[in-house]
Amino acid sequence: MPKREDVHKVMVIGSGPIIIGQAAEFDYAGTQACQSLREEGISVVLCNSNPATIMTDLEIADRVYIEPLTAEYLEKVIERERPDGLLATLGGQTGLNLATELAERGILDKHGVELLGTPLSAIQKAEDRQFFKTLMRELGEPVPESISAEDMDTVRDFARERGMPLIIRPAYTLGGTGGGIARTWEQLEAIADRGLKLSPRRQVLVERCVPRDWKEIEYEVMRDANDTCITICNMENLDPMGVHTGDSIVVAPSQTLTDREYQMLRTASLRIIRGLKIEGGCNVQLALDPHSFAYYVIEVNPRVSRSSALASKATGYPIARVSAKIAIGLHLDEIPNAVTQKTTAAFEPALDYVVVKIPRWPFDKFQRADRSLGPQMKATGEVMAIDRTFEAALLKAARSLEVSQAGLDRPRNQPVSLETLSGKLREANDERLNYLAEAFWQAMPIEQAHDLTGIDPWFLRKIKNIVDAERRLLTAGLRLSDADLAEAKQFGLPDAVIAARTGIPEMTLRARRAALGLRPSYKMVDTCAAEFEAATPYFYSTYENDSQDALPPESDAYDKTSSADTAAADIRKQKPRAIVIGSGPIRIGQGIEFDYCSVHAVWALREAGYEAIIINNNPETVSTDFDTSDRLYFEPLTFEDVMNVIEIEKPEGVILQFGGQTALNLAEQLHEAGVPILGSSFSAIDMAEDRERLDTLLAELQIPRPPGRAVSSPAEALRAAEEVGYPALVRPSYVLGGRAMEIVYNPDELNGYMKHVTQVTTDRPIWIDHYVLGVEVEVDALCDGTDVLIPGIMEHIERAGVHSGDSMAVCPPQTLSPRVIDQVVEHATRLALRLGVRGLLNVQYVAQGEEVFVLEANPRASRTAPYLSKITGIPIIRLATLISIGRTLAELGYKGGLAPEPIHPAVKAPVFSFGKLSKVDVQLGPEMKSTGEVMGIDTDYAGALYKALVACGIEVPEQGVLVVTLADRDKAEALPVVREFERSGFQIYATSGTANFLVRNGTSARTVCKISEGSPNTLDLIRQNRVDLIINTLSPSHRVEEEGRQMRRAAVERGIPCLTSLDTARALLYALDKRRQVEMIHVRSMHEYVGHPRSEDECTVGGHEEA
Amino acid sequence: MKALLCLEDGVTFEGESVGAPGIVTGEVVFNTGMTGYQEILTDPSYSGQIVTLTYPLIGNYGINAEDFQSARTQVAGFVVRQSTSDASNWRSKETLPEFLADRGVVAISGIDTRTLTRLLRSQGVMMGGIGVGVTAEEVMERVRKAPAYTSHDYVRSCSTPTPYLWTGKPEAVALDEIGPATSTRVAVLDLGVKYNILEQLRASGVEPIVFPCTSSADALLQIDPAGVVLTPGPGDPARLDYVVETTRDLLGKRPLFGICLGHQAIAHALGGRTFKLKFGHRGSNHPVRDLETGRVYITSQNHGFAVDPEGLESSGAAITQVNINDGTVEGLRHRDADAFSIQYHPEASPGPSDSSYLFQEFVERLHR
Ligand SMILES: Nc1ncnc2c1ncn2[C@@H]1O[C@H](COP(=O)(O)OP(=O)(O)O)[C@@H](O)[C@H]1O
Ligand SMILES: Nc1ncnc2c1ncn2[C@@H]1O[C@H](COP(=O)(O)OP(=O)(O)O)[C@@H](O)[C@H]1O
Ligand SMILES: [Mg+2]
Ligand SMILES: [Mg+2]
Repeated sequence: MPKREDVHKVMVIGSGPIIIGQAAEFDYAGTQACQSLREEGISVVLCNSNPATIMTDLEIADRVYIEPLTAEYLEKVIERERPDGLLATLGGQTGLNLATELAERGILDKHGVELLGTPLSAIQKAEDRQFFKTLMRELGEPVPESISAEDMDTVRDFARERGMPLIIRPAYTLGGTGGGIARTWEQLEAIADRGLKLSPRRQVLVERCVPRDWKEIEYEVMRDANDTCITICNMENLDPMGVHTGDSIVVAPSQTLTDREYQMLRTASLRIIRGLKIEGGCNVQLALDPHSFAYYVIEVNPRVSRSSALASKATGYPIARVSAKIAIGLHLDEIPNAVTQKTTAAFEPALDYVVVKIPRWPFDKFQRADRSLGPQMKATGEVMAIDRTFEAALLKAARSLEVSQAGLDRPRNQPVSLETLSGKLREANDERLNYLAEAFWQAMPIEQAHDLTGIDPWFLRKIKNIVDAERRLLTAGLRLSDADLAEAKQFGLPDAVIAARTGIPEMTLRARRAALGLRPSYKMVDTCAAEFEAATPYFYSTYENDSQDALPPESDAYDKTSSADTAAADIRKQKPRAIVIGSGPIRIGQGIEFDYCSVHAVWALREAGYEAIIINNNPETVSTDFDTSDRLYFEPLTFEDVMNVIEIEKPEGVILQFGGQTALNLAEQLHEAGVPILGSSFSAIDMAEDRERLDTLLAELQIPRPPGRAVSSPAEALRAAEEVGYPALVRPSYVLGGRAMEIVYNPDELNGYMKHVTQVTTDRPIWIDHYVLGVEVEVDALCDGTDVLIPGIMEHIERAGVHSGDSMAVCPPQTLSPRVIDQVVEHATRLALRLGVRGLLNVQYVAQGEEVFVLEANPRASRTAPYLSKITGIPIIRLATLISIGRTLAELGYKGGLAPEPIHPAVKAPVFSFGKLSKVDVQLGPEMKSTGEVMGIDTDYAGALYKALVACGIEVPEQGVLVVTLADRDKAEALPVVREFERSGFQIYATSGTANFLVRNGTSARTVCKISEGSPNTLDLIRQNRVDLIINTLSPSHRVEEEGRQMRRAAVERGIPCLTSLDTARALLYALDKRRQVEMIHVRSMHEYVGHPRSEDECTVGGHEEA
Repeated sequence: MKALLCLEDGVTFEGESVGAPGIVTGEVVFNTGMTGYQEILTDPSYSGQIVTLTYPLIGNYGINAEDFQSARTQVAGFVVRQSTSDASNWRSKETLPEFLADRGVVAISGIDTRTLTRLLRSQGVMMGGIGVGVTAEEVMERVRKAPAYTSHDYVRSCSTPTPYLWTGKPEAVALDEIGPATSTRVAVLDLGVKYNILEQLRASGVEPIVFPCTSSADALLQIDPAGVVLTPGPGDPARLDYVVETTRDLLGKRPLFGICLGHQAIAHALGGRTFKLKFGHRGSNHPVRDLETGRVYITSQNHGFAVDPEGLESSGAAITQVNINDGTVEGLRHRDADAFSIQYHPEASPGPSDSSYLFQEFVERLHR
């Protein structure tokens, strides 16, 4: 059937903020879907609360709503826009759940909105574990035995009958939060009891655990309305069953399956997608016995997913794009294949390479987190690598992680005893790959490693091959022959590892390789294993033993053996080229925002007549969509890998300022290698990045900054702290995202910190700054050498001391005086000019009264660039890119100075994934902890604030129970806040000290026991679901603090908002107050809020104003 | 040991020998399937061909005792990017390199198979040779002397010498020793049959009796089969006059089911023609549209020739299925003569089993 003619306007729901389990892959999917629908002439209404996404750009959809993702708000959008259809399968679990809610509440029917693509019944059958099992039984597909239990006795009975191990998941919690595998009775009691407590309906699902060496295999399948079904890709998890696929190392295609096994599971997957009648893409997870043909179906996700993004990048097949077209009625064989441009979407990709994905975990940030991996996902992001051998691909992925390892490094705390080793291998954890390498360095037999890990011996042998290759280098040492070097390169070892093993400096190796012509060749990802000519400009490197096609990159336009016209190649050669360095895996502190920036940089370059080339390794993102740039190199972002691309592309220069710290960290080496850096020069970058150089410069410019010193011993630290004055902020030098940063109030706390932190960093100094209590302010400035444009000023809602990435912020500022604003603008302007910035400079300040101090200056695009671009309408990244290639602000039609304030205030609020990370403290501080953000925008500040809070999931009733427990130093400040909550109808509970203080000061707080004081205590209240809100500020005393941690964790697990900053509490009060005054929820599109030249008239036609 | 792959047009690739010693020649072709090397190595349709696998890691799951498609290896030579001894699978009995050496397959590994594939894609398949421990000159010499692929009849050398009943294992049994039929009998004209075709027939409830390719129609009809299956096989269908003749004689007498070469034989028997494709269809991902339902199936394919739709108009046969990628004929049906044929491989092995229903359909037709 051709495209449906009755669907003209479609609403697409995005996945909201980035959280663990739901990251940038949905921006990639949603963006593709919007483009795909618009290609078919369909008008798209996009809803997403996450401003850091490409999909919320005005260019991507006809109408963009950056509004909270709740049924109430979405209904408002539906009322205004009256779409014909809703596409729910592209916004992750969030989108799916919202669509289900809208359908079940009759909202879709009421407004005549049809759920497109996969029908509601299919979604319900796939999502409800009980329905799902019934359907599988009907289809004759095996599923593990399970029950759902509401009390411990049922759990115990099941366990007695079926035996251990069992996997337990609390029902109705997000993403299986709080689940686990019980191998012993003790564990069973603990996990099931916790699960029952965690489940809002006191229900757990207990399922037989498959044996620990069963393989976890995934299939990505597609189906259209004509019942044509295809599989896009299958994937084999290196980690066997029991480790969430999102936390597993994954390989595509499967490696250890014979054709019979491959086809058996493929057939099962197709049977399931047919049985569910899914129209679009779907992910099927299966468990396969490594000793027979037995298998189980584990789960089906009736939507695009993290795995489908990975499969799209791994194969070149755009799953989301095709799913969107299927949803509006097209059949697979009516959809052109974007890759070959000759064939159709009805085919199965053939790979002629191997793909390895490794998750990126946040444990470098959360030292105290539980690092073990299990059925609940913990990774924030992932990297993917492509090569022609598994070893080479695994090595590429390992170095793409940016966890300061060049290859499969041995664990740092050597020597590792067999006991430690066995423990680390037995229980999956983020470092297991390194411990496996260690095991083979220690000559552990494959069988033993297999017994410990359950990992298929095939993978283990490959890891051992890597260790063996390194051992050969170790033996060769300085006498490494040219043949040895060639062998090592073909094997996939990077120069850095060869250098480390042989002792030959990396640069010497580079020179030797250049002399020998030992360079990688670049192969194309074309979905068809070279069977057809392809147009995908998507490449990966590999060392073939004959380097005959090393130069230039393989592409049919260059192909001497093909008939493709060389004229096109000639035109291509005339265009200047620029390389944009991407930002690698998503991690705390470096999120999707930087991918947003990279994509816009590429677009701006193409607009300026450049050939824009991108290098990146993150499979979840828009930047690595082969449609985004002129050429995509899917490569690690190390000096060697980047230089290899530079050598064949010979660009005019590279752009580093959009790839976060990843790209910036390459500046020095690229500069030394003579690579032109477009935009701010290396010296400008270095001056801003280097604390001491920046200090000197600020002093010279007479711009104040908090007094600070670098120290390298505890004694020195004490002295320095006295000099700068307590409270002091201490941190190791050169870290991104504020790792190991703390505020200390006295010498005792400082001593404690020094003891703890010197283990983290040995050879690097510690910085001690005076902690300035005040309002944090941030700007992103654009500088072309002559003019400095400041698109907007962001005022942070939480005071300095809460990391800028974790605090709420509002633009335009609400409380800053004109004098402060003048200083902010003036400091940024002088600093940018003096540094010689070409492009972006992010400056963070703290304003104490009328005095403004500079905290730091980042010579690159920052986390806030997308948000600021969206609310000001100034295309910040586009301007920065054009400036980088020599344009001026004046030429581009912009003047210097502070841009006019945006008319509508917008608040950005952080979102955390604490629920997924057990043992991590939710306390806000100078270390960044959030994984994503949302934005609220409205006609006034209170409205924007309220929407931001709703959007980030802080739903507080107008009255209820507030538990307060405060550090002594915060009590006085907290008093008016608590009073205000009481006045608006909250019942106040407080721990003894706090309660005494509050009562003495005229509030009616009731005392509740501390945890150590017996029952009923704060924990009991929380567990009984009697608490609606908690305000808890960090106390310096260790014992109290430990209790605080416990309470905060309990709150997280119950989904109870826990505010650790009085500023947040005040903001919440303000917003609640507003809600009492204004009844109506109202929404507007970004086109209306910000206005956009291209669609202004559309807005006045369609938009009936309310307000 | 060093090995060379030399192509007719002079291009040479250098790699490692991972099989038997010697020099072999054949038509160099590529297959894009990511699994199934064991089935491919033993598929008779690859006789006379040097097969390149585009998937780079070959040997991962070793060689097992069950997945063979014929009694011996059939390829003329074998080309891979990486052949591994790191085999891991519960059914694996030996590693791929052991197997290749043991069965005398000359194989080369470590070459850039993607560059080779691109070359074959743009220039078309061509003759070539693999030589172990010899010079390029020596290999080229043999390549020049080798007969053109289309000039040789490979079918005769891979067909069974005597008829036999398939009971799960190939055991030659003289016709008169076969005994009374226990279920519907089907005659299979062996042009290079794969075990799984016989297995699929058996699983559909019939007794397949396999006949040598040179058998006459009468010889087949002697057992009074309910239907006849014409199997896949190697080489140029245009030179198989004797097969075409048998097919022509069978048309209208018994329901016919032609697969791959068998399909091409039916086309010839109906007065049609076949032509050589530039680089053939070999892989597990070929989309075929059923013209009746519009539904697309992913099929396993392995053929270098295709049926020319033009010669068929007057034959009474209708095209039932086409390849989505290049529009070539994938299925024919002749209602009057009760003949049905497809270009792809419903028996898969390797490849998707989307079209295994065709065996059941055929058997159901016999019962009607
Ligand atoms: N029965 C089981 N036995 C062992 N491991 C399991 C079982 N069921 C699920 N798992 C593991 O738990 C992980 C998460 O389970 P899954 O059902 O896929 O939930 P999610 O919706 O979080 O993806 C799986 O990836 C798998 O590794
Ligand atoms: N001297 C200071 N006084 C008060 N707060 C500070 C000071 N220095 C840093 N901070 C706080 O710590 C946070 C992180 O510090 P910053 O230098 O911006 O590190 P990062 O490189 O991680 O962004 C800031 O956002 C700010 O809230
Ligand atoms: Mg899952
Ligand atoms: Mg900062």
